[in-house]
Amino acid sequence: MHLHKYEKIWLMFGVGSLVVFLLVIGIGAFYKGTHPQSQMTTIDPQNVEANEAFKQENLGLTKVDENKYILNVVASAFNYDLGVDEEGAQVKSIRVPKGSTVLFHVTSKDVVHGFELAGTNVNMMVEPGYVSSYETVMEKPGEYTLVCNEYCGTGHHLMYATVEVYE
Amino acid sequence: MINEKLGLSKQETKLSMAYIYVAFIALLIGGLMGLLQTLVRSGTFTLPWGIDYYQVLTVHGVILGLVLTTFFIIGFQFTLINKTIGLTVKQRKISWVGFWVMLVGTVMSSITILLGKASVLYTFYAPLKAHPAFYIGLALVIIGSWVACFVNFRQMFLWRKYHKNEKSPLLAFMVVINMLLWFIATLGVASTVLIQFIPWSLGYADTINILVSRTLFWYFGHPLVYFWLLPAYMAWYAIIPKIIGGKIFSDSLARLAFVLFLMFSIPVGFHHQLTEPGIDPMWKFIQVVLTFMVIIPSLLTAFSMFATFEITGRKKGFQGIFGWVKHLPWKDVRFFAPMVGMLAFIPAGTGGIINASHQLNAVVHNTIWVTGHFHLTVATTVILTFFGISYWLIPALTGRKLTAEINKLGIIQTIIWTIGMTIMSGSMHIAGLFGAPRRSAYSTYGGTEQASEWIGYQYSQAIGGSILFIGIILMVYIFIKLAFFAPKGIEEFPIAEEEPDAEPTPKFLENWKLWIGLTIALILFAYTIPFIEIIQHSPPGSPPFAWPIGNN
Amino acid sequence: MTSLHHQKDEKANKKESPDLKGTFISVMMLGLFILASWFGVYALFVIR
Repeated sequence: MHLHKYEKIWLMFGVGSLVVFLLVIGIGAFYKGTHPQSQMTTIDPQNVEANEAFKQENLGLTKVDENKYILNVVASAFNYDLGVDEEGAQVKSIRVPKGSTVLFHVTSKDVVHGFELAGTNVNMMVEPGYVSSYETVMEKPGEYTLVCNEYCGTGHHLMYATVEVYE
Repeated sequence: MINEKLGLSKQETKLSMAYIYVAFIALLIGGLMGLLQTLVRSGTFTLPWGIDYYQVLTVHGVILGLVLTTFFIIGFQFTLINKTIGLTVKQRKISWVGFWVMLVGTVMSSITILLGKASVLYTFYAPLKAHPAFYIGLALVIIGSWVACFVNFRQMFLWRKYHKNEKSPLLAFMVVINMLLWFIATLGVASTVLIQFIPWSLGYADTINILVSRTLFWYFGHPLVYFWLLPAYMAWYAIIPKIIGGKIFSDSLARLAFVLFLMFSIPVGFHHQLTEPGIDPMWKFIQVVLTFMVIIPSLLTAFSMFATFEITGRKKGFQGIFGWVKHLPWKDVRFFAPMVGMLAFIPAGTGGIINASHQLNAVVHNTIWVTGHFHLTVATTVILTFFGISYWLIPALTGRKLTAEINKLGIIQTIIWTIGMTIMSGSMHIAGLFGAPRRSAYSTYGGTEQASEWIGYQYSQAIGGSILFIGIILMVYIFIKLAFFAPKGIEEFPIAEEEPDAEPTPKFLENWKLWIGLTIALILFAYTIPFIEIIQHSPPGSPPFAWPIGNN
Repeated sequence: MTSLHHQKDEKANKKESPDLKGTFISVMMLGLFILASWFGVYALFVIR
């Protein structure tokens, strides 16, 4: 099969670009560990409290070290359970200082949900039977909307919370 | 007499047109849904009669993404293959069975959706549970389509038997590749629907394995988009050159592109599951690499298209580096509409590369960017090409002629579509980069500043969507004119030819056993180990959840 | 030997390669668009 010389150059350039893309994301993923969320831990969706992270008292934000936090969340239709505050009210907003490393642990009690912190790379599917987790450094101060971005039913668009990163 | 010239009998044209009627009815219904969605999401409109947004969204996705596409494609493909390699009476009768099974299935599923019992969107993710008739209807649509597959396979088998060592007509080759792709792909969705969803929704199975159902769906879901794209490529490679007064640039490269699509469209479903738990990231990356392989035949196609235009233009005396652009028949809607589709594929395909780029997916996953992306790919590239095909296909099949008046309307329709889509898809891409979620009714998300930004883009999505709806009405009007009111006559059926001194096509391209074998080998490589791992490490399955979608 | 080889070469050159400069520039522009877009989103990922 004869290829025109310009076609040969185009294909070399095109395939070369694809190889560059794959190298960039491959090195990022395998060498620097920036794979997309791929937590393998399983859980019983009808008994999420059996997993330490999702016991009622462990839900929400926990400081584990200077500038290091864990956020345990149970998602259900149509709410993110971020635990309760001192008065016993449902937490709807989380506050962390700028520069904190936050490790998110999320699972679902019922159907598939999304967990997206808009404006960050925290974007994962939350599936019953699995724990989803992702760690990120919250560098930029501001108010981040936590949205469910996978259809979970009639109240899907009412499922949200906020994370505030303060100076 | 018309049929003699056309090379298709009246019965054959009736078969093709049956599919196409369904497609255009689907276009009207689905388009109306889309308009309602953009209006609701602008915050200025509430759906009447207690209709749920997600019910409307389900109709929109199912009727446009599954019904319109599949029916138009099978109707169009039957025309191409029947004309080039012939259909026997027995094959024709069996084909009708396929049509009716598909139609019954479509109506079944549609009724459940309209009754509010199946607001599960076209991806019907477990453990959201729809009425069992929804899943049974879908199964019928798939099985009906297999009838068409087997007829097409038989047509090719017989042709090859009586034309030993000859290369098959290009369009017949392409149709069979696409139907092979479809058949192999639908085995995945058929498995999950028949083995998992139907028994589970009927109560015979207590739980469903969610990750297995999702993996089987996306094993189908990615090649689905190539099933949509390849008929557009058929028109670009083998019809458009005739319309512009040229020849096929390279028969070999066209076949090579299609063979590459067959092999690399399927073993890549994980790129739709990149942010899911429970799947080994190494296998996600391997399927990302395979996804990048499927970009290559599109790169080949881009070159072939431009080359066809340039060679034709230069032969007609248009000189200079871009003189050939002027030569193209921009005022002929049979060229103009597909050409706009081709140009739309530039941002469309680019977005696709970004979506599949492993960790980059986190920037866009389940945001409205993705919706913007597929409105460029299927709702512009593919659909404008299908519209462009309709202008000659429908008159040819109904014994009528494309008039100058309809041609002019078609140019206007194409321009309206382009303007509407640029505004709507453009806003979707930008809002998505700002994190706006997809598949969501109107919400202020607790009044955050980010959400108010998203709503701003939802206004422009409504403007774009309204303009597109005008385009839909116009296209349905054009369809009615073409099918029922255009003057009788003989419409040219443009099939491109090779150059008289074209290089012979290498025989290995017609080696069906090799290509099918490699396709299966690649699927087994990409899926066996991760699929077994998923099954072995499965958590307890999930019971059905009907209340979240408004049922009990 | 040499003259046979020479004849074959001439035959290949007689069927000239078509002038595809416009095509080449068009696809290269497409390629640059892909590169620019991809690295744009990559930058967004890295910054976030």
